Amino acid sequence: MVFHRLSRLGSRIVKELPRERHLSMCGKRILQRSYGQYLQSSPMLQRQTRSFKEALFSNNHKFCTSFSTTSEKGGEKTEKINVTFVDKDGEEIHIKVPVGMNILEAAHENDIELEGACEGSLACSTCHVIVMDTKYYNKLEEPTDEENDMLDLAFGLTATSRLGCQVIAKPELDGVRLAIPSATRNFAVDGFVPKPH
Amino acid sequence: MSRYLARYMVSRYFSSASSRPLHVCIVGSGPAGFYTADKVLKAHEGAHVDIIDRLPTPFGLVRSGVAPDHPETKIAINQFSRVAQHERCSFIGNVKLGSDLSLSELRDLYHVVVLAYGAESDKDLGIPGESLSGIYSAREFVWWYNGHPDYSSLKPDLKTSDSAVILGQGNVALDVARILLRPTTELASTDIATHALSALKESSIRKVYLIGRRGPVQAALTAKELREVLGIKNLHIRIKQTDLSVTPADEEEMKTSRARKRIYELLSKAAAAAKTSEADPDQRELHFVFFRQPDQFLESDERKGHVSGVNLQKTILESVGTGKQIAVGTGEFEDLNCSMVLKAIGYKSVPVNGLPFDHKKGGII
Repeated sequence: MVFHRLSRLGSRIVKELPRERHLSMCGKRILQRSYGQYLQSSPMLQRQTRSFKEALFSNNHKFCTSFSTTSEKGGEKTEKINVTFVDKDGEEIHIKVPVGMNILEAAHENDIELEGACEGSLACSTCHVIVMDTKYYNKLEEPTDEENDMLDLAFGLTATSRLGCQVIAKPELDGVRLAIPSATRNFAVDGFVPKPH
Repeated sequence: MSRYLARYMVSRYFSSASSRPLHVCIVGSGPAGFYTADKVLKAHEGAHVDIIDRLPTPFGLVRSGVAPDHPETKIAINQFSRVAQHERCSFIGNVKLGSDLSLSELRDLYHVVVLAYGAESDKDLGIPGESLSGIYSAREFVWWYNGHPDYSSLKPDLKTSDSAVILGQGNVALDVARILLRPTTELASTDIATHALSALKESSIRKVYLIGRRGPVQAALTAKELREVLGIKNLHIRIKQTDLSVTPADEEEMKTSRARKRIYELLSKAAAAAKTSEADPDQRELHFVFFRQPDQFLESDERKGHVSGVNLQKTILESVGTGKQIAVGTGEFEDLNCSMVLKAIGYKSVPVNGLPFDHKKGGII
């Protein structure tokens, strides 16, 4: 019984082999899984081979990985503001941030080294930024008690410090300059720099 | 994020490390243990992690230390469960290091042993009367109301008087004060242990005193927890105005730590807003008592062997350089009557056979 199914699967795979070069890494994994599960009951086998076929015939879709982040939003124009980051060595990075995005997310999208250990859930102080101009600091909404609780713990706290994940880009902030402090309190050992994930 | 005590020990060198997967044993299944397991599984391909705990149930203080009225903190259990369900991770309960297994046996069985078993003992005051009944460590009381198997038969005395004294002003002190003073109707909808809820329903405790050796600027509690307790309905907060005067050294401390400044401001506002005593015998009160250190515990005349109060010495602060101030006794004493004392003054770890231990500091060296 198993042999019969195995040979059916085998012949299907042999037919599909020339297409292999179009498979994504994900597709290869499905292929391996199909081999490994030939001993299982038949409904499982049918499902495996069906999904395998779907993976082969789909058009450039990457099943396992997330979808491309460059999808268009139906042609609508999002207003962007100019933001300058000044890193701990004094180097300036100029970026454009769409209105409504928070500064931490904007930094990550531009590969700026702003850590966000708690991913914006107000449970750490690693996205601490210093608003260099008081004029811009005053344009921001007052920090909530929760933000202040975390800011209390930030390394190198100043009078114009904020958490980047709580600063939302708006037109009035066009031209804002944000300094990134020289360190964060994340108990990271040996100067390890965590990559945003 | 938890602050944790963990030590890595490699018991043998890897000769063919790539062919042999890493075997790790983590002693202790609280947050420290689980976050460590998570990182090891992610960082080392093929690594196997065994988490052992002396209790049959995992999660350590997340299960037994978080107050019942703070359920959102326990959400971490979901993440820990996912780690435990990892195919290369096992949780083994009911295994005690020291009695079921020795450290040397673990070092023979595993490449790496991680000690993440926390600090299950308490600091002592070392003052007369400390062994009187009615005096508990806050840890025992917390384990009692959280249903920890070691303390379900604690039976704390909540009926002899209307006053309880808590030594310490950190977040644990606030936790136990809240549980003592919250209306039981509110506690009934939490996961507080049934035996504790029944006992609290019959409790006569209406006044809780939080005693600190130093002043409001040095209090160990955090802003979020303080805001919570100050906002409890029908709970009257009592703080002496005189305790709120600040010295230049206090101002310096507040300048270096914004957290301390915000806490001081919260306490000042609470003192100003405190209403004058109403003649309600059932009124619940939380007193913040500053600049008092316990000198000895007083024994009851009617009930021998039981605590009836604390003898407190007034203190003043002295600078010891580096911006720190310590409490120094003034020789003036006063008594505070109570039928229960909870010590929330910090923890100590327990030694393990096979490793040097600092008994003064209470930790593995």
